[in-house]
Amino acid sequence: MKPITLALAGVLGFATPLAWAGNADLDAKFKELVDRSFKTTGIAQKERMIQLDFQKLCSALEAGEKVDPKKIEELRQAQEQTIRWPSDGKFLGNWKEGEKIAQSGRGLTWTDNPDTVNGGGCYNCHQMDQKELSYGNIGPSLSGYGKLRGNSEEVLKYAWRQIWNSKSFNLCSSMPRFGDAGILTEQQIKDVMGYLFDPESPVNKNHK
Amino acid sequence: MFKKQVLAVSLIAAVWNITSFGAFAANDEDARLKAIEAYRKQIADGNPSDLLAMEGEELWRTPYGPKNQSLERCDLGLGPGVVKGAAAKLPRYFPDTGKVEDLESRLMTCMEQLQGVERQKVIDSPWRKGEKLRMDKIVAYIVTESNGEKIEVDMSHPKMKEMYELGKRMFFYRTGPFDFSCATCHGKDGQRIRLQELPNITKQEGAAAGWGSWPAYRVSNSQFWTMQMRLNDCFRQQRTAEPIYGSDATIALSVYMAANGNGGVMLTPGIKR
Ligand code: HEC
Ligand code: HEC
Repeated sequence: MKPITLALAGVLGFATPLAWAGNADLDAKFKELVDRSFKTTGIAQKERMIQLDFQKLCSALEAGEKVDPKKIEELRQAQEQTIRWPSDGKFLGNWKEGEKIAQSGRGLTWTDNPDTVNGGGCYNCHQMDQKELSYGNIGPSLSGYGKLRGNSEEVLKYAWRQIWNSKSFNLCSSMPRFGDAGILTEQQIKDVMGYLFDPESPVNKNHK
Repeated sequence: MFKKQVLAVSLIAAVWNITSFGAFAANDEDARLKAIEAYRKQIADGNPSDLLAMEGEELWRTPYGPKNQSLERCDLGLGPGVVKGAAAKLPRYFPDTGKVEDLESRLMTCMEQLQGVERQKVIDSPWRKGEKLRMDKIVAYIVTESNGEKIEVDMSHPKMKEMYELGKRMFFYRTGPFDFSCATCHGKDGQRIRLQELPNITKQEGAAAGWGSWPAYRVSNSQFWTMQMRLNDCFRQQRTAEPIYGSDATIALSVYMAANGNGGVMLTPGIKR
């Protein structure tokens, strides 16, 4: 199994509360600014502007504030608790469906409607099928994923957990929590897993 | 209030960093010339925004609204009626309103004060229709008059410093079902979404390129987009709630981006895929 390393390297510092550099005045002004600047449109509720605990901590960290590494580890462990494994014990679905999900970047914007089928937008960030030339690079290449790693239970569980909640490995990962945040259904995640692991999937077939 | 003093000092330090590009003047000038050269090639066949800008100039001069006045006395920061170079120095602090305003919010102020056009009417208008279409044209005119100018945002007023800090927070503010912030897409060098290259807006070069090439004409959908529209669509992709047109969050972000890009060059209106 791929070793699970936490992205703690380079995070120095001492215990501060979750606030930024202890500036309560600016904190209050920022809160008011967010409150008067956003509105609910369609399915995108104004409540989306309220930060979750780890989102808040990662914002501070990424802006260069000092953050307590113990706090990072504490919140990461809490993310581990969110993982749910496939209810029937089967990790792999239909790779053809998975391909559509990986290609589609639709869903959850204020121009989508409540019955828009969400996509995973995996190609926004990852190379997958080498024949697809339009791929982003925010995440690593996943070309040949199953071919290179096999499909032991450990490997399957690792990928499932990454997709269900990337923050359970790396608290400030750029990758959305597809399962935990309800972006994809369990079945969709299985299909995307099929796309990564099925030997017939172009992710593996076209890998050179 | 020891803490406050410390912050004040670090604020000055931060602002000093932003405005001290003089030290790199030679490199800056190089980058500036290269960027202008690339842009010239692009618009050799004519900038598709030209027509819009011409219509905008006409609108600027024509009486309109309940008060039946033109915008010719509008002060964009360089004095009433001065358009040339004004957009390159926005956003800025305006003593008459006591607020930091970007181009579009300043124009709303002028429309309200001079013409009697209610701000809310512009805010509520759908994109590219009615009052927003008038706004698009006027914006196209004004930014054309800053094409090739140096981005020079005056950060000396305390309200500008405060807006910069608020904008920085907004830039790194992760929220919503995808946990994204602006920095998720625009916080590192060389990042791409699909094949679309994303400037690193936390650095001078990327901020200058990203900020200084909007408003822009988007060839893919034959639409002219103002900066407010650009930001609105990035928030949409980010899966946040919708920012209100001309809201302080969008102005603060604009201050953050423009100040980071200080010393770069305005190539406006830009031309995008
Ligand atoms: C916004 C960017 C983004 C999107 C969208 C995204 N990922 Fe990722 N992904 C990442 C990053 C960054 C990593 C590196 C690990 C980390 O930081 O979490 C990663 C890591 C992974 C890994 C682990 C790779 C390894 O080293 O073993 C898998 C598997 C994966 N992603 C699958 C997916 C799938 C499937 C989708 C779509 C349903 C997806 N990703 C969408 C950014 C993204
Ligand atoms: C999920 C990814 C994503 C997020 C989050 C995001 N953007 Fe963008 N941004 C893009 C893409 C893609 C483009 C290129 C756009 C296009 O032409 O459609 C872009 C373009 C831009 C540009 C113009 C750059 C240029 O060189 O033309 C600016 C400025 C910008 N974004 C600012 C922001 C700000 C500020 C935020 C946060 C409020 C933000 N973006 C959030 C993806 C994103």
